[in-house]
Amino acid sequence: MNLSHFRNNSSGNAAFLTDKDVIYMCPFNGPVKGRVYITNYRLYLRSVENDPVVVLNVPLGVISRIEKMGGASSRGENSYGLDITCKDMRNLRFALKQEGHSRRDIFEVLTKYAFPQSHNLLFFAFANEEKFSENGWMVYNPMSEYRRQGLPNERWRVTFINEHYGLCDTYPSLLVVPYNATDDDLKKVAAFRSRNRIPVLSWIHPETQAVIMRCSQPLVGMSGKRNKDDERYLDIIREANGQISKLTIYDARPNVNAVANKATGGGYEGEDAYPNAELFFLDIHNIHVMRESLKKLKDIVYPNVEESHWLSSLESTHWLEHIKLVLTGAIQVADKVSSGRSSVVVHCSDGWDRTAQLTSLAMLMLDSYYRTIEGFEVLVQKEWISFGHKFASRIGHGDKNHADADRSPIFLQFIDCVWQMSKQFPTAFEFNEQFLITILDHLYSCRFGTFLYNSESLREKEKVTEKTLSLWSLINSEKSKYTNPFYTKELNRALYPVASMRHLELWVNYYIRWNPRIRQQQPNPVEQRYMELLALRDDYIRRLEELQITNNSKIPNSSASSASPSQMMSQVQTHF
Amino acid sequence: QEDGSNRGTCGKLVCTNFKIAFLDDDSASDDNEPQFKNKIVGENDITLQCVDQIYGVYDEKKKLLTGQLRKYPEKLIIYCKDLRVFNFCLRYTKEEEVKRIVSGIVHHSQTPKLLKRLFLFSYASAAPNNTDGRNQTVMFDTLEDWRDELERTKGNVKYKAVTTNEGYRVSEKLPLYFVVPICVSEESILKYQGRGIPIWCWSCHNGAALLKMSAFPKEQDDSTSQMQKAFLDGIYKTISKPPYELLKMDDLSSSLPSLQDIQTAYTRFKQLFLIDNSTDFWATDVKWFSLLESTNWLEIIRRVLKKAIEVAECLERQHTNVLLIEESATDLCCVISSLVQVMMDSYSRTKSGFQSLIQKEWVIGGHGFLDRCNHLHKSDKEEAPVFLLLLNCVWQLVQQYPPAFEFTETYLTVLSDSLYVPIFSTFFFNSQHQKDTNTSGESLNTQSGPFRFLTVWDWSVQFDPKAQAFLNNPLYAEKPKPDKSQRKTARFKHQRQLSLPLTPTKSSTKRGFFREETDHLIKNILGKRIGKFINSSDEPSTSFREFYDSWHSKPVDYHGLLLPHIDGPEIKVWAQRYLRWIPEAQLHGGGTIATAAKILDLMEEVQSLQVKMDEEHSQAISGDVHSVPLLRNSARLSSLFPFALLQRQSIKPALPTSTWKDLEDEDDLVKRDDEFVDLSGGMS
Repeated sequence: MNLSHFRNNSSGNAAFLTDKDVIYMCPFNGPVKGRVYITNYRLYLRSVENDPVVVLNVPLGVISRIEKMGGASSRGENSYGLDITCKDMRNLRFALKQEGHSRRDIFEVLTKYAFPQSHNLLFFAFANEEKFSENGWMVYNPMSEYRRQGLPNERWRVTFINEHYGLCDTYPSLLVVPYNATDDDLKKVAAFRSRNRIPVLSWIHPETQAVIMRCSQPLVGMSGKRNKDDERYLDIIREANGQISKLTIYDARPNVNAVANKATGGGYEGEDAYPNAELFFLDIHNIHVMRESLKKLKDIVYPNVEESHWLSSLESTHWLEHIKLVLTGAIQVADKVSSGRSSVVVHCSDGWDRTAQLTSLAMLMLDSYYRTIEGFEVLVQKEWISFGHKFASRIGHGDKNHADADRSPIFLQFIDCVWQMSKQFPTAFEFNEQFLITILDHLYSCRFGTFLYNSESLREKEKVTEKTLSLWSLINSEKSKYTNPFYTKELNRALYPVASMRHLELWVNYYIRWNPRIRQQQPNPVEQRYMELLALRDDYIRRLEELQITNNSKIPNSSASSASPSQMMSQVQTHF
Repeated sequence: QEDGSNRGTCGKLVCTNFKIAFLDDDSASDDNEPQFKNKIVGENDITLQCVDQIYGVYDEKKKLLTGQLRKYPEKLIIYCKDLRVFNFCLRYTKEEEVKRIVSGIVHHSQTPKLLKRLFLFSYASAAPNNTDGRNQTVMFDTLEDWRDELERTKGNVKYKAVTTNEGYRVSEKLPLYFVVPICVSEESILKYQGRGIPIWCWSCHNGAALLKMSAFPKEQDDSTSQMQKAFLDGIYKTISKPPYELLKMDDLSSSLPSLQDIQTAYTRFKQLFLIDNSTDFWATDVKWFSLLESTNWLEIIRRVLKKAIEVAECLERQHTNVLLIEESATDLCCVISSLVQVMMDSYSRTKSGFQSLIQKEWVIGGHGFLDRCNHLHKSDKEEAPVFLLLLNCVWQLVQQYPPAFEFTETYLTVLSDSLYVPIFSTFFFNSQHQKDTNTSGESLNTQSGPFRFLTVWDWSVQFDPKAQAFLNNPLYAEKPKPDKSQRKTARFKHQRQLSLPLTPTKSSTKRGFFREETDHLIKNILGKRIGKFINSSDEPSTSFREFYDSWHSKPVDYHGLLLPHIDGPEIKVWAQRYLRWIPEAQLHGGGTIATAAKILDLMEEVQSLQVKMDEEHSQAISGDVHSVPLLRNSARLSSLFPFALLQRQSIKPALPTSTWKDLEDEDDLVKRDDEFVDLSGGMS
């Protein structure tokens, strides 16, 4: 990498520490002598002796924790330095010279810029001056997305009741609700739903008109409170697609957890209060369980992959089991709406973690639009960002409290589920694996405003769309890099993955990507071969057209260039 | 012979000396001819050798059926070696007929048999003789074949093909012709029936060779063992001098799992895929990974691959000859030597090269297929899936490096199925000698003339050309050919392809190594199974790691050396072979077939464009070229393709039932495949 580019301020990078000699304790290649450069965006290390050159390029946003190891008096080689824990499944360890407190400056600079929120500084995204040919903030427009779904219609209307986030400060300003429910009704319902997150429409089936609604838990509490408005509202939802059967409610939590929530004022829709609804628990665990599971997964893949009992170790992390449960839940939601022709309501406790996973995955299964690059961006923008998945809390952007119990890899888990689906259906998605990995990288990097803050209202307050760039700008400016060549457009086909351990795999190219021993072949040979064939076909078509033109205009001349097609022949292996 | 009833399909269950067949009553409805069809074994046919276990169901209880039966079951479950599971309901069948069919099936498929009773012999007289099985596969049944192989690998400087075993003078276990170091005399070969003689498998481009040797049985008698020691000493002396390279020995019987371990592991492993119903499927799904691990099968695959890498390292980097030692040198020796060749010799990754390799190391090499597959049900103790182990290992390489192989995983799958098709002689003899003596037709059968056997390598016997297309890998990165004139003459003998240049070999300063350790090694061979073999000391193991890591840090040359990834997550279950009949595991429009189909379609398009181009050039006036697409509507293919064609209509998602017990059971019945018995629907 060219350092002059690196120091140059054109992209808002400012160098704060340069040319520092450190030893990078690479877990794979042993100690690597190198020089470190730190800007407000990244840590960059270049080895000085190794061949090939070892390069580290770490956005400070991925840093979760910085620890000092060893003291000025500690003995032993390379025992004095820094230990850095990252959010993207790796740890970095640097050893420094003990003389003259040499790590003080690097520690201070890193801490300050890795955790800007804790130092009253702005995220790097606000300093980023990159230019892209596409503007990613234009990708999602809620009104046009609802129009694409055929909304509003005679049964569903758009309401602006939340325009200034007065009804619910974690919901978007624009909501779709049953035509037969007035704004007044909505306010009453809000009083009975945790954090005012009332049932609103996420998606409508173009044929059955059955809908996917999302919300938070009802505030039933220990005493089993009821709310006539909420009960009536759910019935209006049920009737909206003319269905006579019961409305299906999916509570994402395990039964016991839902019951336990009553103690804190929450709960679930009881049979007595909602006789026209059927409730199913989907047994998906909470954010803490997921966080611990990922921690265990990291233990078995970083730095070394568990050798002897890989499969049972993997099983003991339960990571894939959770993936299986989330996918199974989403399949049920999708199947109910599609073949069950019944509207569904999905919630968990607050309706911003498991609920987002379920609705977005079900939508991905049912609506092929979301399987395109742009459609997927819309899906993330809609179901996750605008509906208040708490990215800031779950990721801990720029926050030094690495042990914060609010952190949890819920969005990562969702992306993993998408990857599992794309693995099972390699021709069904317009985007490739690199697209998903890029999203995850910038989930942490703070280079873009896309995933910053917990809700739309906060983002509006911070003027994120004016002051930062969107991740989709980066991606849409270089779409070919993220395109799956095998993509075959298929309209209106429901895509159900098989949520069986026989098919679920650990996403090696993401979770174990730092390990050079495991690295998969890049580029993927199958993909490469296909691209070659595509190029060959286009070349043929072009030449054939040329040939036809010449043949039509000239007197037949067979000797002219007859050698070329057979040369081309040798490039295609024909096995038939 | 017998009525069976099947969900919606009633039919006849027939048992012959070749197969058990279920004949569908309303077969007329089959307007949807499968694109991949075996001409010999139909969808509902089970060859007798393919039957693994037969269970009878009595009052909801499963019981293994083996010999004589007292009571006849209501339901028959047949588990096949190719992992199909058939359920036959006999409840609506007359008791007399149940008796006949069940005892017939059990008798034909589960009781000991004479070799000559194999269907092979009945078929041989009727076999079509116009087939050309040799299609470029070297059979290794002539001296010429061995000489060509020596020439191809440039092993002919130091090794020679010998005729000593003509008339099986040396041993019935050895092939008629084989290759030994030039300095080994005929007398020494004859002395111990070929035991203690290093037999050549293959030569590496740098001259280092892979050899195998069958060990002496453990001798009680001291003087005999002294004599054997002296004999081995003599052999080593002659082959340790230049021009021969240093020699490393590896006693596979101590460095790899035993045949017993392999058999046990596979028995457990396959059981995981013989699924009775949906409930079973989801019940085992919860603990799937630990179940898999507890079978140890994947770990065995890993260890075998690792061993093959170690051997490759010795040959490639250390420039040493490697001598594989095993009691008979026909089991694990075959696995390791074949794998090493697949990894190091790109010719072995072509279809004809791989088939020639199987002929060389296994069929002619004397692997006891008859005993290891237990085709005759003579002794369960001899049974061990050694050849399947090789195919499983090769599959790992195929899926890790798709462009390196001319054949597909489907090829490996149908090859594994062919183990149980008794019309080919390939996998139905223990040795070349056994085949030769039984071919002559001199025994009791008064049949005139020698038997004409078919070889499995003639794929046209099982598959028509369209189906055969699935055996060829469209991703194969064919080696850039030398110029045309050369190609014509050298078509058959593939040029050796140099492997990736690795660390230059250290010059042999360790020449003395061998002499000092000879005694020690010989003691080990004689005293057996202790000691200092390739991976037992620290030094080679770090050099292994170094070799492995340095190779993996470089870009892959698909025509050069190929080392498998062997870390935990990289060793996978051969899903096509093991999951292909399980409807719950089916992905509608998904799986690797989805991309493969796209590539095939595109290739066809390119080909038709080529034809058009040529026509434009020659100004030929002809109609439009309409190539019939190989795969119609490939996006709708299921991941089970090209095997089970179940559930063509169903698009209901498969939902785990183990965690959702409250889901209605009927739902699952609707999704079941043809083979499932619906007791209420089977009125015949």
